[in-house]
Amino acid sequence: MNSLALPIVFAALLVVAALVGIPSYPLHIMIVILIWAFTYTGWSLMGRFGLVSLGHGAFMGLGAYATALLWNYAGMTPWLGIPIALALAALLAVIVGYPCFKFRITGHYFALVTLALTEVVRQTVIATRDHTGGSLGFTPTPRGNDDTPSIVALQFEDKETWFLIAVVVWLVGLLIWRAVDRSMVRHALDAVSEDEDSAAAAGINVTWEKLKITVLSAVMTAFGGAMYVQYQLFVAPDTVSGIGISLQIVFAVVAGGVFTQFGPTFGAIITLLLAELLRIYIGTDAVGLDNAIYGVALVLFIVFLPKGILGSIEDAVRRRLDRQERSSVTSSA
Amino acid sequence: MGRIDTRVWLIVIAAGLFVCLAYVPAIIREGNLGFAVSDVFLYEAMINGLLLGGVLALLSLGLNLIFGVVDVVWICYAEIVMLGMYGIYYLHSFYGVPLLLAMPAGILITAIIGYAVHELVIRHLLDSAPINQLLATGGLLFFFQSVATLAFGIDFRNLGVSLGSFPLTEDIYISWSRLAAFVTAAACVAGLYLFLTRTFMGTAIRAISQDREIMTLMGAAQGRLYLISSAIGGGLAGLAACLLVLQYDVHPFVGLSFGPITFMICVLGGLGNMVGGFIAAFILSELIALGGYHFDLEWGYVFAFAFFIAMMFVRPEGIMGRRS
Repeated sequence: MNSLALPIVFAALLVVAALVGIPSYPLHIMIVILIWAFTYTGWSLMGRFGLVSLGHGAFMGLGAYATALLWNYAGMTPWLGIPIALALAALLAVIVGYPCFKFRITGHYFALVTLALTEVVRQTVIATRDHTGGSLGFTPTPRGNDDTPSIVALQFEDKETWFLIAVVVWLVGLLIWRAVDRSMVRHALDAVSEDEDSAAAAGINVTWEKLKITVLSAVMTAFGGAMYVQYQLFVAPDTVSGIGISLQIVFAVVAGGVFTQFGPTFGAIITLLLAELLRIYIGTDAVGLDNAIYGVALVLFIVFLPKGILGSIEDAVRRRLDRQERSSVTSSA
Repeated sequence: MGRIDTRVWLIVIAAGLFVCLAYVPAIIREGNLGFAVSDVFLYEAMINGLLLGGVLALLSLGLNLIFGVVDVVWICYAEIVMLGMYGIYYLHSFYGVPLLLAMPAGILITAIIGYAVHELVIRHLLDSAPINQLLATGGLLFFFQSVATLAFGIDFRNLGVSLGSFPLTEDIYISWSRLAAFVTAAACVAGLYLFLTRTFMGTAIRAISQDREIMTLMGAAQGRLYLISSAIGGGLAGLAACLLVLQYDVHPFVGLSFGPITFMICVLGGLGNMVGGFIAAFILSELIALGGYHFDLEWGYVFAFAFFIAMMFVRPEGIMGRRS
């Protein structure tokens, strides 16, 4: 599925809903879901071509920490800080991605190299605890005695503003997904994920094509990290980097469906809602229960539904439509 | 230029790196060589690195066996060690089982878990993409962690048994439990090597790891050999748990702190190469120990992971691996 209208319609509906009025708690949940959905969409750009990165925690952490550190220590507005953070993420993606693709590191070797990358970022954040607060986390300075306008600090008191920002960000994520889906890069990388050597023989510059999508994916993830820290006004190494967060990203996308436009969004909805619902209805006794369910679900998905929930539904619908079409053709003939 | 030559070069480079990391920061800081060479604490850090290497080598051993034979990375391997640690802790502290009985019981528990992981999950994924196998065990990582959280809570628990330490020189003390881990790791590498080369079963396991299809055609029971390897791998996780529980607190997230480094060791050593894994464990542990001594423990880990990433570009087949 690759639609232009559907994301815009959904986004418009969300905006209308927000204007009509949504209570603050559901609004908060929706903002978080939309920001994560953007990050997950960024990961799925690589994941769909078999480039399974466990290193997206690194880009997310870089995006979040670079933005927040520049604001706190250099007084630089996130409007400048975020582009710098994104440039750093792109640079990091090239530094690690280029040799990886050049030396044909694929499959679980690629996953493990990127896993090492996310650990490097996490440990660096903890090691530089004098500036980053280490494991205790880091809070961007509030904009002070209202002498800095909200828009400069990119900090807003009301959730409605954040909701509109999140909707726009999410919509842009889906449109990027669509653009990639319709591009030559997609065809090239589909061929590469089938057989690298044949693709190279057919004239595809494997390293370059992979690098392009990796940089795009890293930049999107870093942007998701920056949005996360600007909205939550708090960041800790374990909530944006590390093996746990990398696996969470992968899990949500695989559960939702890595090959469809709304798959990552769907994954964000089910994983975050599951955690929230368990927290509300079972309470603190169930700390860990959501992860136990995720864990089992992830195993079951990979064994039985490798295309994810939404992907499998789409497949089933398409198959049914095909059958109807065929039967209508035969009956008319 | 043969393969041996590259290995010799690698050893020379590794030794050079080691000397640089060991002495150069001290020389820069103190401004003279004499102090660095006679720094007792530096040598203590090196010895601790060596002993940490023993722990890491033991940890990576079982994973390496599974990695080499079944060709699957168990992301949840460190979590199996964690469950083994909990098993030993509860048997000993709550049910009063003597430690010498609790430890074999812990090994048995993790061996059964290893068996179950293969039988219930991996077996169904043998034909799917390698990355799916890795992700499925990632799901198990979440599962084991949260089961431990639900069952045991998030408190740090300590066995409260200490083997003490003995003085090597006036200033340097060595912990018995770390030395025990070191010796056990060395003995296990030797034992596993003998098992794989001198027994019928071991030969069969090596054969199937070299060619899955042909060996199946020649009558090797692939499924059974995989199960046995997984159970042995699980048992080795239990053995690592026995020695870790003497040194570290148990908590549900203990696996995250040494899980990643364990995978890096296996890959750095060369897929399924026991000796390579053993050497890799010591290279990384010295990087951690010396980085930790001169800068900060976390910087030590940063150096180790960065070294791993760089080595993957230089020698993706691992330091002792064969180019395929």
